[in-house]
Amino acid sequence: MVPNESMPVKTLRTLALLPLFGLLSGCNMVLMQPSGDIAARQRDLILASTGLMLLIIIPVIAFTLLFAWRYRVSNTKAEYDPDWHHSTQLEVLIWSAPLVIVIALGALTWISTHTLDPYRPLSRLDADRPLPAGVKPLSVEVVALDWKWLFFYPDQGIATVNELVAPVDVPISFKITSATVMNSFFIPALAGQIYAMAGMETKLHAVINKAGTYEGLSANYSGSGFSRMNFKFHGLDQAGFDQWVAKVKAEGKPLDRQSYLALEKPSEREPVRYFSTVENGLYSAVLNMCAVPGKMCMNEMMHIDAMGGAGKESHGNRERLEYDNRYAEQGVEAPAATVGGSGRESHSREQPEGMKPKSIAPDVKPDSAPEHSGHDHAGHDHAGHGGPAGDGKDSKGSDPIAPGQLNR
Amino acid sequence: MFSNPDLQKLLFGRLTLDAVPLHEPILLITFAMVGLGGVAVLGALTYFRLWGPLWRDWFTSVDHKKIGIMYIVLALVMLLRGFADALMMRAQQAMAFGPNEGYLPPHHYDQIFTAHGVIMIFFVAMPLVTGLMNFVVPLQIGARDVAFPFLNNFSFWMTVSGAVTVMASLFVGEFARTGWLAYPPLSGPAMSPGVGVDYYIWALQIAGIGTLLSGINLIATIVKMRAPGMTMMKMPVFTWTALCTNILIVAAFPILTAVLALLSLDRYVGTHFFSNDLGGNPMMYVNLVWIWGHPEVYILILPAFGVFSEIVSTFSSKRLFGYASMVYATVVITILSYLVWLHHFFTMGSGSSVNSFFGITTMIISIPTGAKIFNWLFTMYKGRIRFEVPMLWTVGFMVTFVIGGMTGVLLAVPPADFVLHNSLFLIAHFHNVIIGGVLFGMLAGITYWFPKAFGFKLDDFWGKVSFWFWLTGFWVAFMPLYVLGLMGVTRRVQHFDDPSLQIWFIIAAFGAVLILCGIASFAITLVVSVLRREQLRDTTGDPWGGRTLEWATSSPPPDYNFAFTPVIHDHDAWWDMKKRGYARPMQGFQAIHMPKSTAAGIILGVLSIVFAFAMIWYIWWLAAFSFAAIAVVAIGHTFNYNRDFYIPADEVVRTEGQRTALLAERV
Repeated sequence: MVPNESMPVKTLRTLALLPLFGLLSGCNMVLMQPSGDIAARQRDLILASTGLMLLIIIPVIAFTLLFAWRYRVSNTKAEYDPDWHHSTQLEVLIWSAPLVIVIALGALTWISTHTLDPYRPLSRLDADRPLPAGVKPLSVEVVALDWKWLFFYPDQGIATVNELVAPVDVPISFKITSATVMNSFFIPALAGQIYAMAGMETKLHAVINKAGTYEGLSANYSGSGFSRMNFKFHGLDQAGFDQWVAKVKAEGKPLDRQSYLALEKPSEREPVRYFSTVENGLYSAVLNMCAVPGKMCMNEMMHIDAMGGAGKESHGNRERLEYDNRYAEQGVEAPAATVGGSGRESHSREQPEGMKPKSIAPDVKPDSAPEHSGHDHAGHDHAGHGGPAGDGKDSKGSDPIAPGQLNR
Repeated sequence: MFSNPDLQKLLFGRLTLDAVPLHEPILLITFAMVGLGGVAVLGALTYFRLWGPLWRDWFTSVDHKKIGIMYIVLALVMLLRGFADALMMRAQQAMAFGPNEGYLPPHHYDQIFTAHGVIMIFFVAMPLVTGLMNFVVPLQIGARDVAFPFLNNFSFWMTVSGAVTVMASLFVGEFARTGWLAYPPLSGPAMSPGVGVDYYIWALQIAGIGTLLSGINLIATIVKMRAPGMTMMKMPVFTWTALCTNILIVAAFPILTAVLALLSLDRYVGTHFFSNDLGGNPMMYVNLVWIWGHPEVYILILPAFGVFSEIVSTFSSKRLFGYASMVYATVVITILSYLVWLHHFFTMGSGSSVNSFFGITTMIISIPTGAKIFNWLFTMYKGRIRFEVPMLWTVGFMVTFVIGGMTGVLLAVPPADFVLHNSLFLIAHFHNVIIGGVLFGMLAGITYWFPKAFGFKLDDFWGKVSFWFWLTGFWVAFMPLYVLGLMGVTRRVQHFDDPSLQIWFIIAAFGAVLILCGIASFAITLVVSVLRREQLRDTTGDPWGGRTLEWATSSPPPDYNFAFTPVIHDHDAWWDMKKRGYARPMQGFQAIHMPKSTAAGIILGVLSIVFAFAMIWYIWWLAAFSFAAIAVVAIGHTFNYNRDFYIPADEVVRTEGQRTALLAERV
């Protein structure tokens, strides 16, 4: 940066940097060498933005060091002007130079944010190939569980745990949700991440351009099993993908609600699992948080709300709208996010002290408890509109479920 | 809630002996060390009979200078705790590869990274900033104290209470395992039923009251108590940044209070604002917490910018370049900081127009920030730069901070953020701006104003050692994190499978050790300086050739700061006074009206700790009792009319006479 730098100094510096380059080339900077078109465009954007900013950053650093050196107190030859504190030209320059860069960067941001919107279907396979006409994207429905990933392949009718496979050069359309806390679905080699949240669906469109095995993970901390919540993403050619589907169908077990509910219990370091068939509507039930029988589906609640809500009568729906205590209700708890010091387990049946005791709380009379466990409401007649308002004890005789329930 | 017949539960809530983590060897060692250290400190205080002076002159003092110093002591103590957490994390990540699980299981590791974040932001950075503003601002504007001296003492003790609450979680129960912003539903009652999140909530709520009140206090001070002639555009730049920071505090902290109150309702009363149940929505929490969280970043950095502005012009012996544009840049940053919060969660699925809007507003902030950097640059231009320790920090900051700023703007480009969000690149970025900006600024400020506070300079050699360790340590610790981020490695991970990552974590851990040396050298600086204080003594009150009003008075300043309120004609008031051949007034001293010390602040602080502890452990009777006690003491204090006194004129004469003698000795 100092202009009159002599050659030996330069050579020395290059030599000093060599081991660093060695180290850098030895490691796999996946974001800099991605294998999917979206990630490649995100990489290009990172490089372009960094380049734009370096236009201003490098001179600033150079001038800082130069001025610091040149105007040091021992250098009495340098000019000293203690009252020089204003220059209109310089003021215009120091405000407009960053402004110009930000205008350029802002334009880049606006365009790239719209073209690389994860919700936007792909328009090309890579820089040289537009999307072939009539190509049908591979549809994958992703569910973040404590602490593993469940992938549904609705078109193939299969599902897997902790293994994602896609054919090369075929657009993939992800729909992403969570059956637990917030996670973030991230395959660095493929495309950027997007959050997975319960009761909500996010989307991601991407394509993998190179066959290979890539890392996938949750990028958003979600509790004690989070560090092991990763999976392998395989890009295969079409024939390989078809073989793999056939293998899943041959080796897998069926996935119905019962086995799903067993699967969703918190567990760590889950191995890969295959499911040959998937119960109809299971992903939709998971997305709407009503995989547990008796729980109200989000879309049902939204429907009730759209119809003006159910007022007092909806009080009977309360229990059906509580999702996070499901393990307690089944009487099967797995250790989860907060074991340890407190000696208590998460997803706990225990209500925090001070909350109104509910029918599942331990201090409720034993005779009322069995009737409420299991939430098996099949066979009940739901003619009555909503149970009586009040706590669980009062409602034990009548049915607490409001009309129009979809999830039995 | 009282229906439980179990007497133990009634008396102790959910607190049992099991809550003391006797099974954790790491905690036991910490416990023993803290115990021994505590006994040693308490013993020394008793042996040297310091309890009385400590209580009279410090704990109950309403003097803004002493409160400022106490804030900084608190911050430095908490820095040790926060940094111990950092070292533990670095050690865990450097070893936990493949079959090696490291030495911290997830439930412990998760608490450590949460505690590290909470402590470093709320109990290190905030007290440093508040402490420095408290000490400097009244001196810079020629005031005798802040607008509400008791409130100042109360704010300080509330901050201490919050810190004590966090520290208590180490030994009784656990801390949150949620990350430093405790996103629900993970922090909700179903997923985190333990006491960890409750410790988090109450520590922040209590400290937040202190922060908010001190913000109000300093705004009132700056707006109403400036010396005659000091118009807004003649205020020192540090005071300007302090004003903007406190406006941000007053506007932002109530949002944090509200969002934590809603989370508490979820946890204590069974509401469902942020749970998955009953239509609750965690996205609301994420939005609200960042509407506080982003201004918080500027709350921390603006005063650091102010410190650098003072230092760069003092040590360049030159007027600050572009004062007006510096002020406008500060104000613009203040306003814009409210329009960028969504950039913390581009990946939550907002539409591309929303994401672009927040990305571009974020970039716009870099324009005034860039203007500031250029202003410092052109202040150095044609100056006579003395490379004393504060100036070294400033140059180190300028070189380090622009890199952090650049990666920050990069993260503001939404599609780039999709791959960099939650990654170690992000971690490297915000440590780059918080260490390279806030911490460098605060350490520079401490070194700069130390002679004003104590009457002697800090030792130069050890100060420089500390600077170089911090600077190289920072780069060695965080450059590998940028690289790891580009390798797709994300944050808060307790164990890795890929062995090729390990070397980078080892380098980062080595960097953390260098920073440890920096912290140790800083401690040595303090010790050496106290031992050598006679050689380092400053009798002039103006050891650096200062420009602003605080250098006009003695070091340390008398209780009343200024015997006569100075009249201001230009900014850089003291420089202007020196230039015009200002002569200290030698007679005509009058009795000075001052506020009286009070114990109400510390009593309220202690009661707040009791209240927080009772709420955390569901000891309802104690919570009710301590809350009532807080109300009684607070209301009772308003009936205390014995709150002021006069420093008699002859004492002022004596104090000023001593200073005259000292100044004469020099000449």
